[in-house]
Amino acid sequence: MRGQNVDTAEQAGLVVREDGRKTVLEPHGDWLVDTIGRQDGPLRAVEASVAPGDIVIDLTHLGRIDTAGAYLLGRVTRRCGEPDGDFHYLGDHRTARRLIEEVRNRTTVCEPEREPTFGFMLAMARIGAGLEAAYVEAVHTFAFFGRTVTTGLRTAAQPWRFRLTPTVWAMEEVGVNALPIVSVLSFFIGAVVAFMGANLLRSVGFSVFTVELVGIAVLREFGVLITAIMLAARSDSAFTASIGAMKMQQEIDAMRVLGLDPYEALVLPRVVACVLMAPLLTFGAMVAGIFGGMLVAWSAQDISPALFFTRFHSELDWSHFWVGMSKAPVFGLVVAVIGCRQGMEVKGDVESLGRRVTASVVQSIFAVIVLEALFAMMYLELGI
Amino acid sequence: MSGDALISVRNLRTAFGAHVVHDNLNLDIERGEILGVVGGSGTGKTVLLNTILGLKSADGGDILFNGRHFSELGLSERRQIASHWGVLFQNGALFTSLSVLENVMAPLREHVDMPVSLMEEIAGMKLGLAGLDPSAATRFPSELSGGMRKRVALARALALDPEILFLDEPTAGLDPIGAAAFDSLILELSRALGLTVMMITHDLDSLYEICDRVAVLADKRVEAVAPIRELLNHPHPWIREYFHGPRGRAALAGKES
Repeated sequence: MRGQNVDTAEQAGLVVREDGRKTVLEPHGDWLVDTIGRQDGPLRAVEASVAPGDIVIDLTHLGRIDTAGAYLLGRVTRRCGEPDGDFHYLGDHRTARRLIEEVRNRTTVCEPEREPTFGFMLAMARIGAGLEAAYVEAVHTFAFFGRTVTTGLRTAAQPWRFRLTPTVWAMEEVGVNALPIVSVLSFFIGAVVAFMGANLLRSVGFSVFTVELVGIAVLREFGVLITAIMLAARSDSAFTASIGAMKMQQEIDAMRVLGLDPYEALVLPRVVACVLMAPLLTFGAMVAGIFGGMLVAWSAQDISPALFFTRFHSELDWSHFWVGMSKAPVFGLVVAVIGCRQGMEVKGDVESLGRRVTASVVQSIFAVIVLEALFAMMYLELGI
Repeated sequence: MSGDALISVRNLRTAFGAHVVHDNLNLDIERGEILGVVGGSGTGKTVLLNTILGLKSADGGDILFNGRHFSELGLSERRQIASHWGVLFQNGALFTSLSVLENVMAPLREHVDMPVSLMEEIAGMKLGLAGLDPSAATRFPSELSGGMRKRVALARALALDPEILFLDEPTAGLDPIGAAAFDSLILELSRALGLTVMMITHDLDSLYEICDRVAVLADKRVEAVAPIRELLNHPHPWIREYFHGPRGRAALAGKES
């Protein structure tokens, strides 16, 4: 029987002696998984130099043995045509022969194939695989988007199929709970813009233009951008993780079998919630950002709040507000679609869940920035 | 009978909030035996296993390992003891980010000093012992069927040639041929290595075939521990129903024919 701890195990030893044509292996001590580590090399040397039929194992001095030790001892005669023949053994041992035979009979050993891990061709292959994966990702994202739109249209035609409760829950999660962090971030961004403008504009004597700077920057770009980035970081990752975990637990499969459309039950409520809540969050971000800019203008440049708002009303056009607002639902849609799609792509292993959550956040922020640039070009051409 | 008990559970009480799972439970696992544990769903078989393994803390009573209170042992002593345990969890609990071979190698890497090539060979040998084809070695757990995952989990449990093997429903999800091979493997290892096995199972064939004794969990405690032949005449209604129900009779008939 095996001891209670390794300290009581005797170190394994091996004596190799020649006896006429035969090579006799004398294992000494305990051949246990903890102790046999150093015997691998010597036994390999014997295997390589001696014909397997000429190997004799002398069990007289062997202490305890377990399956790992039995495997190692049995390996030397494995290539012999008659691995269990009596001529292979000397001496007697309570369990060794039985265990060696048992282990050999129950196992077929084949070396695992190794793929090359470096080289020019492999590097090219990886680049190619990466490019193909990026292409496939893009195509699948668009396909998912299309499927979500179809599901949305079908639900619009049959409004009783719309899942109100999950949608409201998602709206709270995505919108209401995100409002504080979005507002705080936007407040600081507005303050930073006002500081930068204050320094620059004071040097040319137009410090009152800080109002326009803050207004245009926050209304057109920063309010909606901060909202979209927070949606990507906060909600999109949560969508991927929760849908991915459901995928791993086969919940999605169970839904399909029960006749529930996962697009209808999981994706659509989240997408609708994001599309509806993104403008509201953007509005909150705008208010907070302008407030931050106003405080800085007041404290650093003595532009009183009254003056700030008078100038804000007289100089800034409503179009800036609408430009910012118009982008919000688009960003919300993109973020939600990417988050849900990545969740659906999760496979059975934990690794893929982590990979998909990362991909989801990276892709949605990437998409938001690219769309932001496209919007800027579009409104420039339109002259708004 | 506590003369050669490897693990003794004394007056164990476990509860989840107000829901008491075990109350005043006593059980001895003797050195070198194969102990089957049966009980209806929800009688806390897995909870008992987790408590013995130290994954759940007991709400009362003691667990003695080799006559020593487990709770009094230091961290390093506990680790030392635990490295000689092999556990097969109910759903395998494989590391999904590692390949099958790496899963089996994980305990070897952690506890044993030997060349990696030998570790791979030993891991491959354990997979063979558990009845898996060598071609499965490079695959990942998510690509395996439930039965294959179970075999990989068994190979991992056997990786360090443990002194005690804890098996939670090992043959559930295996085909009958695989289950029979599994039984004979456990029996062979137990006899050859003096392995002690605690096995939660509902497989009546396993109970008849390899278990030296069977412990029945009912009414929050161990209602009976005895060789299965003696349990056949036990008066407790659940035990009667269990062994004399249609399946119990079929297994008995199969054993006797």
